Formats: sequence, structure tokens, C-alpha cells
Amino acid sequence: MAKILVIAEHDGVTLNPSVAKIVACAAEIDAANIDVVVFAESANSIAAEAAQLDSISRVLTVENPANKDAPAAILAPQVASLTSAYSHVFGPSTTFGKDLMPRVAALLGVNQISDIMSVDGSHTFKRPIYAGNAIVTVEAPSDHPVVATVRIASYKAVSTNNSASIENADVSVELPTSTRFVALEAGKSDRPDLQTAAKVVSGGRALGSLENFDLIYRLAEKMGAGVGASRAAVDAGYVPNEMQVGQTGKIIAPDLYFAIGISGAIQHLTGIKDAGTIVAINKDEEAPIFEVADFGLVGDLFKIVPELIAALG
Amino acid sequence: MEKILVGLKRVVDYNVRVRVKSDGSGVETDGVKMSINPFDEIALEEALRIKDRGEATEVIVISIGASESQQQLRTGLAMGADRAILVTSNGDIDPLSRARAFLEIVNREGPDLVILGKQAIDDDNNQTGQMLAALWGRPQATFASRFELDGNRARVTREVDVGLETIEIDLPAVVTTDLRLNEPRYVKLPDIMKAKKKPMDVIPIDELGIGSAPAIAELSFEAPATRQKGIIVNDVPALVSALKDKGLL
Repeated sequence: MAKILVIAEHDGVTLNPSVAKIVACAAEIDAANIDVVVFAESANSIAAEAAQLDSISRVLTVENPANKDAPAAILAPQVASLTSAYSHVFGPSTTFGKDLMPRVAALLGVNQISDIMSVDGSHTFKRPIYAGNAIVTVEAPSDHPVVATVRIASYKAVSTNNSASIENADVSVELPTSTRFVALEAGKSDRPDLQTAAKVVSGGRALGSLENFDLIYRLAEKMGAGVGASRAAVDAGYVPNEMQVGQTGKIIAPDLYFAIGISGAIQHLTGIKDAGTIVAINKDEEAPIFEVADFGLVGDLFKIVPELIAALG
Repeated sequence: MEKILVGLKRVVDYNVRVRVKSDGSGVETDGVKMSINPFDEIALEEALRIKDRGEATEVIVISIGASESQQQLRTGLAMGADRAILVTSNGDIDPLSRARAFLEIVNREGPDLVILGKQAIDDDNNQTGQMLAALWGRPQATFASRFELDGNRARVTREVDVGLETIEIDLPAVVTTDLRLNEPRYVKLPDIMKAKKKPMDVIPIDELGIGSAPAIAELSFEAPATRQKGIIVNDVPALVSALKDKGLL
């Protein structure tokens, strides 16, 4: 029988939307045996949110001042100490999970399964490799715990009609002091979060400058959309790193995606292949983005986007 | 600091569009251009810059894999690394075994810093650096976009989902690189000649005594589902009406 422990990502106050998607993945293995664990300085509000997630049996809390903004080196030994009762330990394929989970796997003496995109059986999963150019079916050994990250763009969040019990978990492991949190410089924005937005507008190198990228923000605002960018636009300094969509940035699955002035390198396409509808605006009719776009519009973005903003007015 | 170890993985070149073999047994790599994993090139560049600033005395490049990986190590030596270590293995090596092999080399060399790419662009696993840090019992600073040495500590800025996080780590430690840490230098022809004379140790992986890790079996490979190519619309009104028809606007 499977028993799955989900590591909750949070910002100290609220639960990250990734958790509800990992639970959806875990529920495909065994919907009756899923616990969520929250490591925090103070877990109350986060645990209360997690307890509402369908399919959850229990929320475990591990409260410790050291767990505020805790780096992987501090969290990993605590996670490892809780795993003996579990067959699976799942985290998100966000930067939080990618940092933490391999460290947990190594402490448990196993390899990790990265970026689960579908569950074929309790120990058999599909995951993308080569920037999504190939999908491999992998099988984890059944006599070891399965440590994995879940590709959150592949799952829809579970509903929140539950009221699972919340319990303190006892963790007594020595925590290192050799890694210290200094500061987090978060992008300030009241736009929808890129990773969970229903609509996303992305701009590429063709925007040409930081000032011109304002066009993308204005369109996004009209649509109530999140804003993303190609690697080229991030490298050119038009936008900060957290807006990069693609193989090494964020993998997203909005209902509607606008790619504006983005040629469509395979590394970018891998970040949007699960999007519902893709719209491409590009002056080069040969651009690879048109191969995957549901609707393409060939022309000068500096003419088309203002027209679009006006049309949505 | 004295030594920096850098991992260089031989992977299918960034520009190659990889195809799944028709029998689903793997991906086509015969006759395909191979290169240093791009994130590892950034790792080596960072190590060389630290050395160029006089903050380190030796940069050692390591590859774990088939004997052909010596091509990538030679490129690393031409970029400016002082010497190379090739851990040879015939078969595929899983991330945990890689981390264990790295740890053996770390124990022999006693580096102050290990810099690795955040992920290899072939298996996209993103595991080895974190695993090495765990087995070594040392700090990790993954997805680094800025590295500053401060005596026996380092301050590292990391690219995380919400922005940039800065952490301080005591050395020795493992750092993994993100794209914007630096732009790797080009190799110059005379340096390629010089690199041929630089030392390269070859160690069969069996001699490291790392045992075998519980492996994840790869059962089958398939091409991803492809999206249908859509339609080209003529103008903005046509686009808006098409999206409204689908209930998206």
C-alpha cells in the first residue's frame, strides 16, 4: 500500500498553489493515504489552507524558528527524518522543490524522479527529457522510497472541500548553521502569478528594449493576464529572471498564451506545450512559433499590439 | 582559496533537435554533435574568473562518463582549467552514483568549492549538485546568478521563482549555476595546443568503490504529443473574434 508525503511550499504565510497540484498527482497513486507536511516558523495559516485540500488525510506541522526562509540544507534532514512511514515523498518542480528534493533523495540513498508528468503505476511514471523532445517512462525500485518532483503544469489543483486534521510532527535532528538566508528580492507586481494565471502574455527579443516591453504589460493589464518572457528578453535585460518561460525557466499551462515577438526556440516551446490556446504575433512568417500556435498573426508587433489593446478597450 | 572543482558533462549539443529512436529504445545520438553541457561551461567560466581575480590557485575539471568525454575535458583545459580528471564508465550513470563518484574525488582533492551546472540538458534531472552537497554534508547554493567570495564564506544570489534570493554559505560548498551567472569565454587556438600538454588523470569508476545505487529503470521512450498547427488570421479584429468565439476573451 502506498503512503505519500507531500512537502508544502509556502512563503511563511500562505500555501503555494503547487501543493494542490502535487496532491492531484499523488491522488492518482493512492487518494486515501496522503499527508502534507509544513515546515515553518509558525505554521497555523498555512496548515489551515492545506487542510482544505481534497484527498488529504493529515497535515503535519514542524514549527521551528530555523524553518523561517529555510534553505534546503536545513529542511532536507528534517524531511528525511519523517519519511520512514512513507512509500513516496513528493515535492514540486519549482525552484523550491528542485533545490530541496534531490538533497532529500541523497540522504535516503535513492535517485530522484524529476518532473513527473503522468502516473502509470505506483512506481512507474512519465517524465520529459531533452527539453521535452522525448518522454521517458521510468520505474523506481519498489523496495525503496520514491522521491520525486511533480511537474505542476501537468496537473489541475484538487478542490478544497476537506477539513483534514492538523498535527504537530516531532522532528529532532541536528540542523546545520553553515547556510544562512540573507534576503529575498521578490518581483513586485499585482499582476496574476505567471505560474498559475489563466492567461499569460509573453514578450521576446523583438520588443527591443526595456521601455518597449511596457507594451506587453499594457496588453496583459487589459486582459488580466500574467506576464512572461523568452530567455532572449531576460538575457537582454528587458525583464527580470523570474519571468523566463521555458526549459530552464518556468513551465506553464495557461488557458490562453500570447507569444509576442518570440521566434519559438524549442527551449521556449517546452515551457508552453500544455497551454490551452497559443496566439503568436511575429513579423517573420517562418518563425517556428507559428508551428505550434493555434492563431498566428504575421506583422509588426509595434502596430498590432496597440491595435489589440484598443480593440480590447 | 586553493582548489575549485568543476564538473563537465558531455551532452548532445544545445542546437541539436533530438529524436526518439523508432523502436522506442532511446534517443538517436549516433553521429550527433556533442558538447559541454552549457550550464557546466558557465560553471567553469565562474571558476576561471575567481582564479583570474587571484582568489583561487587551481581549477580542476572533472567528467564522469564514456572515454569520449576527454574531448570536453580538453576543451575545458583550453578554456583555462589547470588539470583534468576523467572518471570512465561504459554504461549510463545515475545522478546518485555521479554524486558518489564526485564525493570520492572531493575527498581525494579537498577542494574549497565545487561548481556544477544546475542541470544537464540531456536528462534535465537537476540533481547531482544537491546530492553531492548532501553526501558531503556541506552547504549548497543552487541556480546561482551571482557569486561573491568573502574569506572562507561566499554570498550567492540565486534565481528563484519569485525573484532573487541571497544566501551566505560557509566553504567548502557546492554551487550550481544558472544562465545569467556569466558568459563563457571563447577558446583560442593557441590555448587548444597548450591544453594538449596539461595533465589528465583517468580513473575507472570501479576503482572509486562507490557501489551501486538503486537505479531508476528507463522502460521506454516516446516522442512528445505534438500540437496541431493552427491558422493564420489576417488582422486584429479577426484574432479578437476568434478568441471571443472560444470564450477566451
